[in-house]
Amino acid sequence: MAEKDKVLIANGQGFWGDSILGPVRLVDEGPLDYLTLDYLAEVTMSIMQKLKSRKPEAGYATDFVKLVDRILPQLVEKNVKVVANAGGVNPHACKDAVMDVIARHGKSGVKVAVVEGDDVLDRLDELIAAGEAFHNMDTGAPLANVRDRVTSANVYLGAFPIAEALGQGAQIVLTGRGTDPGLVLGPLIHEFGWGPRDYSLLSAGTVAGHIVECGAQCTGGNYTDWREVPDMARIGYPVIEAHANGTFYVTKHEGTGGLLNEDTVRHQLVYEMGDPANYLTPDCVADFTSFRLSEDGASRVKIEGVTGGPPTDTYKVSISYLDGWKATGQLTVSGPDALDKAKLCAQIVWDRLAFDGFEYAPEERLEEYVGAGVCHAGIDETDSPAEVVLRMGVKGPDRAKVDRFGMELVPLVTSGPPGVTGFAGGRPKATEIIGFWPALVKKSLIKTKVTVYTS
Amino acid sequence: MPKVPLSRIASARSGDKGEGSNVGVMARSDVAYSFLKEHLTSDVVREHMAAINEGGVRRYEADNMHVLNFLLADSLGGGGSASLKTDAQGKTHGLAVLRLELEVPQVVLDATPEA
Repeated sequence: MAEKDKVLIANGQGFWGDSILGPVRLVDEGPLDYLTLDYLAEVTMSIMQKLKSRKPEAGYATDFVKLVDRILPQLVEKNVKVVANAGGVNPHACKDAVMDVIARHGKSGVKVAVVEGDDVLDRLDELIAAGEAFHNMDTGAPLANVRDRVTSANVYLGAFPIAEALGQGAQIVLTGRGTDPGLVLGPLIHEFGWGPRDYSLLSAGTVAGHIVECGAQCTGGNYTDWREVPDMARIGYPVIEAHANGTFYVTKHEGTGGLLNEDTVRHQLVYEMGDPANYLTPDCVADFTSFRLSEDGASRVKIEGVTGGPPTDTYKVSISYLDGWKATGQLTVSGPDALDKAKLCAQIVWDRLAFDGFEYAPEERLEEYVGAGVCHAGIDETDSPAEVVLRMGVKGPDRAKVDRFGMELVPLVTSGPPGVTGFAGGRPKATEIIGFWPALVKKSLIKTKVTVYTS
Repeated sequence: MPKVPLSRIASARSGDKGEGSNVGVMARSDVAYSFLKEHLTSDVVREHMAAINEGGVRRYEADNMHVLNFLLADSLGGGGSASLKTDAQGKTHGLAVLRLELEVPQVVLDATPEA
């Protein structure tokens, strides 16, 4: 394997719904070896299984296919490799769609790899029979309690299958569920020849992946001192300059907007953090208290000295299940006396529902007065907002009862206090609540598979 | 001692973590970090966030980044998609914590640059 001195890895998509301008500009505006793209949140897997059950060729991130169509000529010309978890719960359908795009562009010889083995929805009963109870990591309850309502089940795979795909010459690697930092760690394992026992190097790659996994959140997006961030409209997405010894730099392309310094990187390092000394992944346990963080010139942050230890013998499994129904809706109430009128509106809704025999327990209902102090309740509230958005919701196991609530919000416009408007959304309807069931499964029971296809 | 909002000596970011949220508080100087390590306890944060978080608060430290990481156990009104709240992901909890008013010694303020 030809091992490089340094590798440039960017992340252009922090979640499904992130701006397409991120990856488009990354391949356009500066040097790059790898483009990584993260499309999967926990709830996404459940939605994708549902789409696939209705249509066998659905169940992956369709945005990715549109992106490939747009940037393929540059990817090929500049030899930028792509690692994306766009495969969702149907990576082969995603691969087929990508191959169609490549064929339409008339490019032959492009290799596309599929990493699979994460999707265990169809294997659940077999794994349960093999002794895996899938106890809920938070509550300790066995999966049997909700087994008949499970909608998706995916193992968080590690980075080595991605490295294996790259080793077979893939230019585009499609995965299903894996860890987010693994999208970055995989290319580093491949490029630098890191082994499964190089725990501190694997931890360094994990820290790098964590920093870029939410795209522009490390380059000035969602930053406390937002007034200091220039040109947020053209915010630069992050590029990791990684070295074989585990030292890496967080950078962004020259001339892009946003802000990159020690503090913006630190903001992302703490994002969704649990115990910083024990950041568990399938490949290592990274220690986020181990490294040194420093600025190395403008828009360049150095991280060195990352350490970590061996992983556990289990994978985390993300299981989703149908957990009832919910509906939310809102109306806007103008002044004068906006808050008093909005509170009366809410009381009228609950009273009318009760009058018709529908009562909701306190934990099954919510009312918010947006504008009077909702996000920072108890900390910053006002009783005299100029206007207020009344937001109400209910949830529970009975779909009809949840739908009944939705019928009593809009009538307030003509049968409540004056100044009630903003009902453009129509009647709130019941939607499914997707619950999550975090569990563990023995690594020895999970087999990953890498297949490479050539256009 | 001058009373200042926590934002004077720290920045923060928050996000969802199961049925709760995490708030990473980042000191703006070495001196501010030492002060916060002693005074910004999990009890102080739990009390400040009591109208938002119905569960306990646990604190972790990362000295290398001057970070105190707080885990709020029950701050989203249900995990996953079960929440009815506007801020179902705890995105605004960091700014909420930064509004905490603290009595901070003048020497700490003098040694901590303003944002």
